[in-house]
Amino acid sequence: MDNLQLLISGLANGCVYGLIALGFVLIYKATEAVNFAQGDFMMLGAFVTIGLTNTEYMGLPFWLALPISLGIMALLGYLLDRFIIRRMFGESQTSVVILTIALGFVIRFVAGLIWGHEPQSLQNPLAGKELSVGGLVLGLEDVAVIVVTILLTWGLYEFFNRTKLGLAMQGASQNQLAAYYMGVPVKRVQGFIWALAGAVACVAGILFAAKGAVDPNAGLMGIKAFAAAVIGGFGSLPGALAGGLIVGVIEPFASRYIAAGYSQIAPYALLLIVLIFRPHGLFSQVRIKKV
Amino acid sequence: MSEPILKIRNIESFYGPIMAIRGVSLDVHEGRIVSILGANGAGKTTLMKTISGVMDPEKGQIIFDGREIQGQEPHRIVHSGIVHVPEGREVFPLLTVDDNLSLGAYTRNDTQGIEQDRELVFNYFPILKERRTQEAGTLSGGQQQMLAIGRGLMARPKIMLLDEPSLGLSPLLVQEIFEILRRLNKEQGMTMMLVEQNAAAALNLAHDGYVMEVGRIVMDGTAEALMKSEDIQNFYLGVQEEGAREERRWKRKKTWR
Repeated sequence: MDNLQLLISGLANGCVYGLIALGFVLIYKATEAVNFAQGDFMMLGAFVTIGLTNTEYMGLPFWLALPISLGIMALLGYLLDRFIIRRMFGESQTSVVILTIALGFVIRFVAGLIWGHEPQSLQNPLAGKELSVGGLVLGLEDVAVIVVTILLTWGLYEFFNRTKLGLAMQGASQNQLAAYYMGVPVKRVQGFIWALAGAVACVAGILFAAKGAVDPNAGLMGIKAFAAAVIGGFGSLPGALAGGLIVGVIEPFASRYIAAGYSQIAPYALLLIVLIFRPHGLFSQVRIKKV
Repeated sequence: MSEPILKIRNIESFYGPIMAIRGVSLDVHEGRIVSILGANGAGKTTLMKTISGVMDPEKGQIIFDGREIQGQEPHRIVHSGIVHVPEGREVFPLLTVDDNLSLGAYTRNDTQGIEQDRELVFNYFPILKERRTQEAGTLSGGQQQMLAIGRGLMARPKIMLLDEPSLGLSPLLVQEIFEILRRLNKEQGMTMMLVEQNAAAALNLAHDGYVMEVGRIVMDGTAEALMKSEDIQNFYLGVQEEGAREERRWKRKKTWR
């Protein structure tokens, strides 16, 4: 029973990692850039929502604040691409990486200035409620996190496979030149992807702040999510989510069964093992091009 | 003859400091197949890329359907009716054949017309119908080339730019694909601009031809006239005169030099 409880809270944590990893993978697939500020996006999304809903700030109703903060984060993602990343076109990957790392610092300090450095929790309708199923006591937030993540992943999957824009996004990431030849406005599509990544980060942030507390340094868990994305196979959406879940589940078990100092390194040890035995990740989509 | 559907006037394109096309002019008339011959590095592909907007020309005009289109974004050019079937297929490897075709119709919104054209493509390339749920990356080279052409057709273009459709294919497959191109031209009235190194196959298919060398057009004419020209026979078709020896070939000078 204890283990089951650990598993569920691990899964809920893993969902947040998975959603951040999803953002990494979305942007990497579409633009070949790695956005190391993705974790900080998550944190910013959380704070934007807190700023809109919590009674000490604007105090809007939760369900009204939700779409607004999603919209704000999507817009931020889009603007970031439009005015900063797109100008880096043709620069080396390293400069883009450094740019996004720097951007992460900026976001962290700005968030600290606006909302302070104390951990804060998102006031939400599910807070503190519990669900007991056959002797198992689950936080309603944990359940909500898992459900929302499943729905979001399913929605993204449908979007990518059923809609024209989704297909175009896949096409642009698999063969950018061919997408140009087919009349796909590749730059606009990439802008959409950044917006989408912003919105996904916002969802991750909301879930994270609802089930715990967020402070400006929470963005650093983007590193863990990055490890999750690599474990899943960078470039695969389901892989990113699976990687997130694996890291999320390993953590509570490691801290329970392994000595305190060592349990922290468990996700990275796993990362090393995966990289040694399956360098492309667990669920990679690597094929050799036929000539 | 009527006004050409595609007119190119004094186009110059650069790769960085290197001038890849040095003032090319040519005409493509509606319903015709125009073939551009030339060796590696003659600038044929660059010319195609410049027309489809992937590269911007420094100078000159491209007039399509009466409007200047040089330097426009590629998706606007596809919208206006030019589709580029690139060299080396360039399919979307992880998408199914069906999805590849759907992306070919990205610029269109008429669901019914798109489905009709999908049937049309399957009609010309029955193998694609058999493989419609298969990932494009798992197709053979010839099938990928067919998919690339079919994907181009899905945009319902007024003109197709075909870059080396014979690249890396067996002679039999080349014959098959060129036969389909001929049928497309005859039955659908598809205007085509064809870049080829396989001069014999290209001249056989085309109505008109241009010969490119180091970024310039050095010769033009109907395909028939080109095929009869001694230079073309010697340098592009590999026909040898009676008793010709290697040395004589090396000594010969092209008439345009």
